[in-house]
Amino acid sequence: MNKMETMTGAKALMTAMEKEGVKQVFGLPGGANLPMYDEFNRCDIRHILVRHEQSAAHMADGFGRVSRKPGVCFATSGPGATNILTGIATAQADSAPMIAVTGQVAVNMIGKDAFQESDIIGMANPVVKYAFQPRSAGEIPEVVKKGFFIAETGRPGPVLIDVPKDVQTNEAPMEFLDEFKIQGYHPWADPDIVNVERAIDMLLHAEKPIILAGGGAIISSAFAELQAVAETLMLPVVSTFKGKGAFPETHPLSLGPIGMHGHAEANKMMTEADCVLAIGTRFSDRSVGTFEAFEKRLKIIHMDVDPAEIGKNQNAQIAVVGDVKVNLRVMVKLLLQKAIKKTDESPWVKHVKETKAYWKENLKIHPGKMGAAKILRKLRELLPKESIVTTEVGQHQMWASLFYDVIQPGTFFSSTGLGTMGWGFPAAIGAKVAKPDVPVVDIAGDGSFSMTENSLATAVLEDIPVIVFVLNNSTLGMVAQWQRTFYDRRMTGVEQHSCPDYVKLAESYGAQGIRAQSMDELDKAIKNALSSDVATVIDIPIDPEEDVLPFVAPGTSLSDMILPS
Amino acid sequence: MWAILSILVENKPGILFKVTHLFRARNFNIDSISVGTTDNPDYSKMTITTYGDEKQIRQVVKQLDKMIDTVKVEHLDEHKTVFRELSIFKIKLSNANDSMEVNKLANAYGGKVHDVKKDSIMVELTATSDQIKAFEELAKPFGILDVARTGVAALQRSGA
Repeated sequence: MNKMETMTGAKALMTAMEKEGVKQVFGLPGGANLPMYDEFNRCDIRHILVRHEQSAAHMADGFGRVSRKPGVCFATSGPGATNILTGIATAQADSAPMIAVTGQVAVNMIGKDAFQESDIIGMANPVVKYAFQPRSAGEIPEVVKKGFFIAETGRPGPVLIDVPKDVQTNEAPMEFLDEFKIQGYHPWADPDIVNVERAIDMLLHAEKPIILAGGGAIISSAFAELQAVAETLMLPVVSTFKGKGAFPETHPLSLGPIGMHGHAEANKMMTEADCVLAIGTRFSDRSVGTFEAFEKRLKIIHMDVDPAEIGKNQNAQIAVVGDVKVNLRVMVKLLLQKAIKKTDESPWVKHVKETKAYWKENLKIHPGKMGAAKILRKLRELLPKESIVTTEVGQHQMWASLFYDVIQPGTFFSSTGLGTMGWGFPAAIGAKVAKPDVPVVDIAGDGSFSMTENSLATAVLEDIPVIVFVLNNSTLGMVAQWQRTFYDRRMTGVEQHSCPDYVKLAESYGAQGIRAQSMDELDKAIKNALSSDVATVIDIPIDPEEDVLPFVAPGTSLSDMILPS
Repeated sequence: MWAILSILVENKPGILFKVTHLFRARNFNIDSISVGTTDNPDYSKMTITTYGDEKQIRQVVKQLDKMIDTVKVEHLDEHKTVFRELSIFKIKLSNANDSMEVNKLANAYGGKVHDVKKDSIMVELTATSDQIKAFEELAKPFGILDVARTGVAALQRSGA
C-alpha cells in the first residue's frame, strides 16, 4: 500500500501516467491545461509538440497501434478539445488504445459558456470507449488507472480524461492504488474450448474452407497462432483491409485482402469458399460488399473479443467470443492433441493456388513507367521487412493494399474504419517513437498529406525521421475515380493544381524533399531517405487518370468485380 | 416485436444521456423509458421499451451490455413479467351524466379519480400499456383534454 502524499491534481495525473509507463505525450498547450504542462518541467515524460491537436491524437494512435500500449495526447479546452475529436473517432473506429487528456474550464465555470469551454464529454461520448471528467483532484489517480485499463484491455479504444482547471491546481492527499473495480466491464472471457472444437469440426468437414483474418488478429498479435492453424489445416488465408499483414502476404497460402479494392484472387476465392473462419472482424461493408450475398453461401465461424460484433453485420453458425489469440492457441493445441495435420493438397487448395498464380500473371497494371504498382513494388523491394508502413486514405491506400506485400506481420497500419485523410503521417511519427530503430514510411497521396503536412515541424524539431512517400497525382484521386466511374467524368472539387510544391514544402520545414520522376530516381530517393537522419518527403508525380482496380462498386457483392480492361 | 429491456446502471450523472444516445446512434427507437434509483442508491434501473425484430433486439441488448456503465441488461419476457405504466388523463365533462360515466369507466379499469371540477375530471390509471390504450379509446368520446404517461416499470416474476 502506498502512503498518501498531498499534491496537486496536475502532478497526480503526471505521476499516475509515469506509473503506467508513459514515456512521452503528444500535445499542444493552452490556457486550460497549463497546470499539467507545467509538470513536464518536473517529470521524466517527454513532450512532443504538434502544430495541430488532430495530429497529436493521430500520433498517439500510431504509437498505440505499434506498441499496443495506449499513446497519450494532450489538448486544451474548447477548440483544442474539438480538434482532437477526429483523432479520437479514428482510434475508436479502428480499436486503437489511446488516452486523450483535455483541459476544461474550472468546475464552477462549467455550463456558463466560459471562454474556450466546450462540452467535450458530450461531444466525445459516441466516439470514445469511455470518458472521465474528474470533479475533484483526489479522483485523479484512480481515473488514470481505470482509463489505461479500459483503453488497452478487451477491444482496445480511446479513453478521454477531461480535467477542469481547478481540479488540476487543487491539492489533495493522493493514493495510487493498484486495485480498482469497474463493475460493468468484463474484458476477458475464458477460452471457449467447446466452440473451438466445433469450429475445427466444421472446418474439417468443409469442402472449401478459408480463413478471413481481420484487424483483431493484428491487435491481439495472433500471428504465430494464425499461421499454425492455416498451415495445419491447409487453409487459404484472405484478410480484411485492416487485417492486411496479419498473415505474411508472401506465404503460399496467402491471398491478400478482400473487399472493395481487394485482390482479385482473394475476392474470387472468398466468393467460392463454403466455410469461413473469421478472426477479429466486424464484416464491414467495405470488406464483404452486400451482407446478404455474403452470408447466403457461407458457413461462418466468427471469433471476436467483442460479443456485440457477433451477429451485428453477419450471422454466424459458430461464435467464439474472447481474445482471438487465446482461442486460436486453444485451436492449435487441440489440433496437436488430435494429431490433425493436413499435408496433401486438397482440390480446393490446388484450385486456390492456381487462381492465385493466374492473377499474379494476368492482372493488368498501369502501362506507364511510373504506375502505382511499379512504384509500390519498388518500395517493397527496398524496405527491410521489419519496416513499418502507415497510409493515408484514398487511391494510394488501396494501391498499397494491392501492391505492397506485408512480409512481417503487424507492420502495416491504416485508418480503415473512419477513413481519416491526414492520419498516416502523424501516425507514422507516433509509430517511429514506438519503434525508433525501424524505418517508418507513410504511403501518402497529395490530398491526404496536405491535411496534416505541418507535422513536418514535429518530425524535424523532435528528430523523428520518418519517410513520407507521396504518390502525387495532384488530385483527390479516389473522388476523381468515382466521378469518372459513376458521374460520367463530371469532375468537381478534385483538382489540386500541383499546389504546394512538396519538395519546397519539405525544405521549408528543414526536412529533406526529393522528387522522383523515374524508377531510377525513385530507387535513389528511397535509398537516400532510408539512410537519412532527417524526415524525408519523396514526391512522386503519377498519372492522374490511373484508377484503382479491381473495384467492387458500393452496394454490390464481391463477385461483381470491375477489372482493369 | 415489442420488447421490455431492464437496465441496471451505476447511479452517476450522464448515464441516461449515454444510454439514450446509444439508441439513437445505433438506429433503434425508444418507445418509452422510465428511470429510478433502486433500493441501493448506488444503482438506478432504467426500463426501456422498444420495437424491433429479434436480431435487432439481441443487438441492442449486446450494445447496452457492452457499455461500461451498465451493470446488468435483461430482455424481459412480457409473459413472465409484471409491467405497469402510470397515466393521468384529464377528461372533459360536457353534461351532468359524464361525471358518472367517467367514474364508471375509471372503476372498470381500476383507476382513481382526482380533481373533479365542473368541466373536467382527472383519472389516474396504473395498467399495462394495452389497457391504457383501451381506456384512452373509451375516454375519447368525452374529449381528452390532456394526458401524461410514465414509461413502463417492469419486474420479472419469481421463478420465471
